[in-house]
Amino acid sequence: MPPTAGAPPDVFLTDPFLEFGFLRRALVGGLALALSAPPLGLFLMLRRMSLTADVLAHGMLPGVALAYILAGLAVPALATGGLIAGLLVVLGAGALSRLSGGREDASLAALYLVALAAGVSLLSWRGSAVELTQVLFGSVLGVDDPALLLMAGTATATWLFLALAWRPLVLECFDPSFAAAVGARGGLWHLGFLAMVVLNLVAAFAALGTLMAVGVMMLPAIAARHWARQVGGMAYASVLIAMGAVLAGLILSYRADLPTGPAIVLTAGAFWALSLVVGPVDGLLGRLRKGHREG
Amino acid sequence: MKAAPITLTNVTCGYEGRPAVHHVSGEFAPGSLTAVIGPNGAGKSTLLRGIAGLQAPLSGEIAGAAGQVALLPQAAGLDRSFPISCLDAVLLGLWPSAGAFRAITRAERARAAEALAAVGLSGFAGRIVGTLSAGQFQRLLFARLLLQDAPVLLLDEPFTALDERTAADMLALIHRWHGEGRTIIAVLHDMDLVTRDFPRTLFLARDCLGWGPTDTVLTPENRLRARRMAEAWREGAADCRRAA
Repeated sequence: MPPTAGAPPDVFLTDPFLEFGFLRRALVGGLALALSAPPLGLFLMLRRMSLTADVLAHGMLPGVALAYILAGLAVPALATGGLIAGLLVVLGAGALSRLSGGREDASLAALYLVALAAGVSLLSWRGSAVELTQVLFGSVLGVDDPALLLMAGTATATWLFLALAWRPLVLECFDPSFAAAVGARGGLWHLGFLAMVVLNLVAAFAALGTLMAVGVMMLPAIAARHWARQVGGMAYASVLIAMGAVLAGLILSYRADLPTGPAIVLTAGAFWALSLVVGPVDGLLGRLRKGHREG
Repeated sequence: MKAAPITLTNVTCGYEGRPAVHHVSGEFAPGSLTAVIGPNGAGKSTLLRGIAGLQAPLSGEIAGAAGQVALLPQAAGLDRSFPISCLDAVLLGLWPSAGAFRAITRAERARAAEALAAVGLSGFAGRIVGTLSAGQFQRLLFARLLLQDAPVLLLDEPFTALDERTAADMLALIHRWHGEGRTIIAVLHDMDLVTRDFPRTLFLARDCLGWGPTDTVLTPENRLRARRMAEAWREGAADCRRAA
């Protein structure tokens, strides 16, 4: 539906990007993230760690907030702060559960709740409400040159990592005791994998905000399960879904005047719902039809 | 297929400092076919994991196993819902030679397909492992063992939850491996099967109660003892009372 009668329909899709440089930058950065984050989300899902990314993103917040107070809205500082805080939460939870014998998910939950509260407190203590919204939910205006470089660099590093780590990651997920028996060093690969997850979340928060960065990682991965049967096909499907969500989400954000983070995540959510219903693998419609035939 | 003998010298294995199996000494000769029996919690799996190098013994020494062992774990440890095809799952058996990075050759793919056929899963190459029954999945793990082509095979309860036909097929594979001169150590519960098909037996109940030709270990007295232990066994009580 074009905004003005008589205008060709493609204008609705391309106009914002032709008109505004900041939107083009957000699009390029978002597409870079769409290439790298969903395959990581796929492995998180397959390891039954779908919520870990969420925990990580919340855990980053105090680092981001502290960096913001010290250096203002500068991407390199915010990214470094987020990276350090995120890694501290992951490694801290692992170490705590090993030392105290508790369950790792419990330690993670405790740490991220404290981290989230501390982050929001820090931000509202020093920053304005507008800035708090920006850090939490993202802003297209946040995608400056350093942020764009960070996103593109992260995507490149992630693909290199995945190319090297694919087989060990699959083996470690599928059969960890066999991985140990053949000396595949699954733990080491897993640690590298978590570092890539944190790096992607850090790169994503400039555009999407800390609370929404997870959306681009997990929703396309969860949706991809309905489009392919093998892990490789799922990875490609998740990337395509994420790219579609970034494009449509940015247009939605511009047209409906929504913050970019929620707009992109809502679009990804819509794609997930669609996949759940019409997807060829375990889609609800397919199941219903199969049920009718059997019944 | 020539394996080195696997020698245990006063081996104690366990978790977190708690011994599960005490002071075992002896040797698995090259090409021998040994059943490991004993009540649940007697340390059978722990000893197997020790031989496989998955956990170092608390004390004592296990020699001759490094680098030539393939382990068939209890199926419970795998993620059977993982979206991987049967062919790819079998190809993971090439890890010792292919590692994380080397490309899989066409000849190796053909070998994997042959291994699938050998366990009665021809035509399953493209199937997702999640669609297999428990018996078919165990066949798949045997196919992976075939591809691993290791001189020493450690099988942890290979027949649990299998129907008779599958169990018979897998037993035939074990005999084939035995004929090829591989050393095979299998944890088993079925005494009749042990008597019939396994020339040697190691009887464990935290201590080694007997290790040798099956007919000398599975004496009527020992069978009775094993049954009584299985009835009266308490899995929690485990402290080493003997000085190492």
